[in-house]
Amino acid sequence: MPLIEASGLVKNYGETLALAGLDLEVEAGMVLGMLGPNGAGKTTTVRILTTLLKPDAGTAFIDGIDVVAEPRRIRSRIGLTGQYAAVDERLTARENLDLIGRFFRLSSSEAAGRANELLDRFRLDEAGDRLVKGFSGGMRRRLDIAMSLVARPKVLFLDEPTTGLDPRSRLDMWDLIDELQREGMTTLLTTQYLEEADRLADEIVVIDHGLVIARGTAAELKALIGGSKAVIEPSGATTLTEVADALASVRGGAEPTSEGGAIMVPVRLGTTTPDVVRLLDAAALAVVDVAITSPTLDDVFLALTGHASDAEVSA
Amino acid sequence: MNPRDKVASDERSATAPSAGVDAPNSVMWAIRDSWNEATRHLRSIPRSPELLMFTVLQPVMFVLLFYYVFGGAIQVPGSYAQFLVPGILAQTVVFGSSFTGVGLAEDMSKGFVDRLRSLPINQSAVLVGRTLSDLARNSLGALIIIVIGFALGFRFNGGVVDGVVATLLFLAFAYAFSWIQALVGLSVSSVEAANSAGFIWMFPLTFVSSAFVPTESMPGWLRQIADANPFTQVTNAGRALYAGTDPGNSVWIAALWALGITVVFAYLATSKFKRTSH
Repeated sequence: MPLIEASGLVKNYGETLALAGLDLEVEAGMVLGMLGPNGAGKTTTVRILTTLLKPDAGTAFIDGIDVVAEPRRIRSRIGLTGQYAAVDERLTARENLDLIGRFFRLSSSEAAGRANELLDRFRLDEAGDRLVKGFSGGMRRRLDIAMSLVARPKVLFLDEPTTGLDPRSRLDMWDLIDELQREGMTTLLTTQYLEEADRLADEIVVIDHGLVIARGTAAELKALIGGSKAVIEPSGATTLTEVADALASVRGGAEPTSEGGAIMVPVRLGTTTPDVVRLLDAAALAVVDVAITSPTLDDVFLALTGHASDAEVSA
Repeated sequence: MNPRDKVASDERSATAPSAGVDAPNSVMWAIRDSWNEATRHLRSIPRSPELLMFTVLQPVMFVLLFYYVFGGAIQVPGSYAQFLVPGILAQTVVFGSSFTGVGLAEDMSKGFVDRLRSLPINQSAVLVGRTLSDLARNSLGALIIIVIGFALGFRFNGGVVDGVVATLLFLAFAYAFSWIQALVGLSVSSVEAANSAGFIWMFPLTFVSSAFVPTESMPGWLRQIADANPFTQVTNAGRALYAGTDPGNSVWIAALWALGITVVFAYLATSKFKRTSH
C-alpha cells in the first residue's frame, strides 16, 4: 500500500476549478516530484494532504489514515515546508526548533536535544542563537525544513522549496533533499522546474488544470519530448534541409523547425554543441552560432498538452 | 494495514517522541499549547523596537500631551490627572489591541499560521495564545500609565481594591478588543489592510466617549451616542472606582460589555480560523 494515496480529489475556489479529480500515489521512501505551472493545482494538493484544506470531493489517505476524517493524527505524521519560509523572525533558530518540539509535546530536554541535533545537521549550529531576522534566504529555508523534521515525520511535503532562492542556496537545498532521500524520507516535492524535478525526484507527475497528465521518471518524460534541441543560426544560403541532413546522425524524434531566422533541430539527449559544430563543419555549412537547449517544463507541456504552460492558460 | 515496516525513517520513529500527540485533546494540552504560542510572542516583544516603542512610549506621550496641552483648557470635576488617567487607559489598551490583528495577519502572510495549523495542536490555542500575549503587553502599557499618572497627582482614592478592580476592568476591555482585532486580522488579506482596518474605527469610538472630555460638553445628538458607547461606561466605571465615588451601574455594565464582546468575537474569530483552515 502506498504511503500517500489520493483519489479523485476535487477542489473549487468559487468558479475556479483548482483540482479536477486528481489521483496520486506515493510509495514509502520515494521522492515524488509534482511538476506543473502556477495554478496547476500543486499547492492545493499539498494543502489538502496536509489537512489545511478540505477537498470538495475525493479521498486521501496517509499511512492508511483518512486525511479528512482524522486531521490530528495526520498532523502528527507529516512535516510541511510551504512556499514561504515559515519561521518566526523574532526568535532565534534554536527557539524556533524548540517551539515546534514543545508543540509536539517533547519534554524540555528532549526538545532542546532535538534542536541541537537539527542545528548541527543543517549547518546552523553557529547561527543557532542568532535572531532569524538576520538570516539569508537559504538559511531560512534550511531552518524551515529543520522545523518540519523535529517530530521525525513519515512524510515530508516540500512546496516549491527553492522558489526565491539564489542559485547557490538552490544547490545547497538540492544537496539537502538528496541527503533526506538517501535516508529514506518519503517526500512530495512540488516544483515549476523540470531541472529540479529531474535532479531530485525518483518519479515525476506532471499536473495541469488540476489533473495528473503524465507520470514517469525524468528520462521517460524527456523521451516524450525527444531530447534536446540544437538552435542554429545559419549564415548566407544555408537552408533548413541542409542543416537537418547534416545532423541526421544525432536527430531526435520531431521535425526541425525554423523560427525568426534560427533553425531548430530536435537532437538526442546527450548531444553536445561540439558534436553539432563538427557535423555542420563536415557538411561545409556556414553558420553564425550554435547552441543546445535542454528541455524545459514548457517543452514537456507542449509535448503533453499541445499548449504552453503560461500562467494565462492555467491560472 | 500500515506499510510502516518498509520505511527507513520509521525505524527512527519507533523511538520518536511523537507518540503522545495522538492522545485525546485534553484541556490541559490546550492550555499548554496556548502557553507555548503566547511565549513565542512574549519573547519577541523586547526584541522588536517598534512594538516596544508603541507599548511604552505611546502611553507616556499621550498622558503628558493631554495633561500639559489640554489640562488647562478642559473643565472637569476634580483634578485633571484623576480625570485623564482612566480615559488614557481606555484608549491605550484598545489601541494596543490592534496589534493582535496586525500580528495575526503577518503570521498568515508569512505562512507561519499554515505551519501552526499543520501541527497536532489545539487549533484555538493559536488565537488564545496570541490574545493572551497581547493582554500581557497591554498590562505593561497600563502599568506605565498608572505610574506616570501617580507622578502627576492621580491617586487610588477609592482604595487599593477598587483601584485594582478598575484596572482589571480596563484590561478586560483590552482582551475583548483583541478578539475583535483577531477577527479583523483573519478577515483581511495583508498586514497593511489589518493595520488600517484595525485602527480607523478606533478614533471615533474612543473620542466620542467620556474618555477625554465630559460628555456634557458635546452637542445633544453626539452626547447620546457617547453615553451609549461602551467606552464611556468603562471610563466612568474606572474613574469612579479610582476616585472613590459611586460608580452606579457602570461597573456591571462595563464588565458585561467586556464579557459579551469577548464571547461573541472569540466565537466568531475561532470559527473563522477553523473555516479558513478547511
